[in-house]
Amino acid sequence: MSNTPKKLNDVRLKRTTAVILLFVVLLALCIVASVLLGSRSFNWADVVTALFDLSSDSYGVSVVRERIPRTLFSIMCGAALGMSGALMQAVTRNPIADPSILGVNTGAALFVVGGLAFLNISSATEYIVLAIVGALLTACLVYGIGSLGRAGATPLKLILAGAATSAALSSLVSAIMIPRSYVMDQFRFWQVGSVGAGSWSHVRLFLPFLVVGFLIAAATAPALNALALGDEVAKGQGVKPGLLRLCAALAGVVLCGAATALAGPISFIGLLAAHLIRLILGPDFRIIIPMSALAGAAILTLADIGGRLLGSPGEIEAGIITAFLGAPILIMLAMRMKVRAL
Amino acid sequence: MSKSIMVMIKRGRNKRRQRWLLINVLLVLIVSGLCVGMLMLGNTIYPVRDVVRSLYDPSMGGVSFAVATIRLPRLLAGFFAGIAFGMAGHTFQTMLRNPLANPDVLGITTGSSVAALFCLLIFQTNQTTASLYAVIAGLLTVIVIYLLAWRKTFSIGRLILVGLGIQAMLNAVISYLLLVGNQQDIPAALRWLSGSLNGAQLPATLPLIWTVVICAPLLILLGNRLNILELGEESAISLGVKTNRTRLLLIVCAVAMLAVATASTGPIAFVAFLSGPIAQRLVGGGYANIVTAGLIGAILVLAADLLGQFAFGVRYPVGIVTGMLGAPYLLILLIKMNRRGRL
Repeated sequence: MSNTPKKLNDVRLKRTTAVILLFVVLLALCIVASVLLGSRSFNWADVVTALFDLSSDSYGVSVVRERIPRTLFSIMCGAALGMSGALMQAVTRNPIADPSILGVNTGAALFVVGGLAFLNISSATEYIVLAIVGALLTACLVYGIGSLGRAGATPLKLILAGAATSAALSSLVSAIMIPRSYVMDQFRFWQVGSVGAGSWSHVRLFLPFLVVGFLIAAATAPALNALALGDEVAKGQGVKPGLLRLCAALAGVVLCGAATALAGPISFIGLLAAHLIRLILGPDFRIIIPMSALAGAAILTLADIGGRLLGSPGEIEAGIITAFLGAPILIMLAMRMKVRAL
Repeated sequence: MSKSIMVMIKRGRNKRRQRWLLINVLLVLIVSGLCVGMLMLGNTIYPVRDVVRSLYDPSMGGVSFAVATIRLPRLLAGFFAGIAFGMAGHTFQTMLRNPLANPDVLGITTGSSVAALFCLLIFQTNQTTASLYAVIAGLLTVIVIYLLAWRKTFSIGRLILVGLGIQAMLNAVISYLLLVGNQQDIPAALRWLSGSLNGAQLPATLPLIWTVVICAPLLILLGNRLNILELGEESAISLGVKTNRTRLLLIVCAVAMLAVATASTGPIAFVAFLSGPIAQRLVGGGYANIVTAGLIGAILVLAADLLGQFAFGVRYPVGIVTGMLGAPYLLILLIKMNRRGRL
């Protein structure tokens, strides 16, 4: 009898390890598939030549060489968005938090469009900085509006605040864009959300943001566990709830802002990844955060591959695929939610 | 004692009726003024006399062309779309007893937009076909949202969440259509998507006019029952309203108006959301304010279009102006509702 908890713990540990292994394998498969498959598929020989025979520049080899950074970029974006979703869910203590649902993407879009129109920005670094600032301000606004009132930030209030803010900001985006056709053209392609443009320079730009975001997220994870039990309990364990929320939210916004700046608004990755992981592995943020990154990377890469195969000979952008994957999950969550909670 | 109460109630009712009449007459005057303004103003400003003459006398040359082929269709499209959005939005808000439950938030307009965009960009059909498909898609969206949101009990929160989910998918379809669409159709499609009266033509506006002429009186006739519905399901049944049939008829009429208006002018943002609450504020709730909501809708669209055309350096489509007016109001409404703890 006395060793039951230990046994339980053992079972849980085994299960966790198994799931982690499963996701690692899944991601590896995704990487391979993403390099090989597309509107033109290749065999191993092309890949080997592309990787090791630097002098070769046949058509197949150059396509494979293009696909490698694209795959890497989609993994990084997916990881960033997955972690961002997990962090936002932790900070808002809300199962339906996701950068796209909270309107953060639109905030990033507004600042990028504003930068294109008024500041003549051109470098990707400027894109990223502006997007992060926009995302940050929007996140504050949405959370501020959503948490007014007695009950605090309930899921419905947050979502409505996000949707309303999104609507408000997107009319500003249109107002800036409509008289400027050059902005409109750039914006139209950015706005769908795609990892198709991923190149080595994107990867290099994105890496520092991903690393910083991940480090902060990893550092806050144990404290987030305490926070999940309520502010009072967290305080009792020596956690400063306000500071913790600020750090975690900042990490979440940096991650999703940078991803959005480079790839466009890709929705629902955070919702999907964090939910999936929580469902399988339970509520421990020390596991949820890194695993959401893994799951997010796998989901986005899968969405990208799916879009390439479905849209062949062109492609359907990953942002469209993830919207179709994520929206039903949102609807399902809404349907299962207790009426009281709404 | 009871007699004096009766007198008081009667006096109150008379007062409200007077107020209703006064406000609606005022609104009609404002609409007329805006209509005249729409016809007079433009690249060249024509005096009223010329405008009136040009409407029946085609020999006026440039004036006739400008007024009859450009400004009149624009006016008609704006006027009828405004009425359609205003009345339909008010119907939804009253029926669901929540100002947030408007077609913009629930994603019904987005459903119609997808269908209309499909027709315009991919199949390149004419306006009537596009309107038809827009109506069908709007109704389908309503049905899907309703079916998904309906559990044993009805919850407005669930309805809104499901609506937002559906909307996310529909928006993805719109983005996709914009990418695969013909390069030269894209600017027009984008302008249409933000809601615009530019390029309105008389033949293309006819479906909208017919729909409003048929559906608006129906909605007004059903307006009384709508007010009873607002009291809640049980009271409505006990007052002898066939709730399901009434609701179905109301939804079909409202969606038809919304969808056809969307197909011809694009989803003009927030008119459906703003008209009802403004009407309520002006005439007070619980009275036949659906007419008022329609008038307010028309005023909003026409005034926003005039503003968009002349107030800024560049010409903005009407939907952007209404969006900039409506979005802050939506935020304020949310803040108020949150403070009161109504959500």
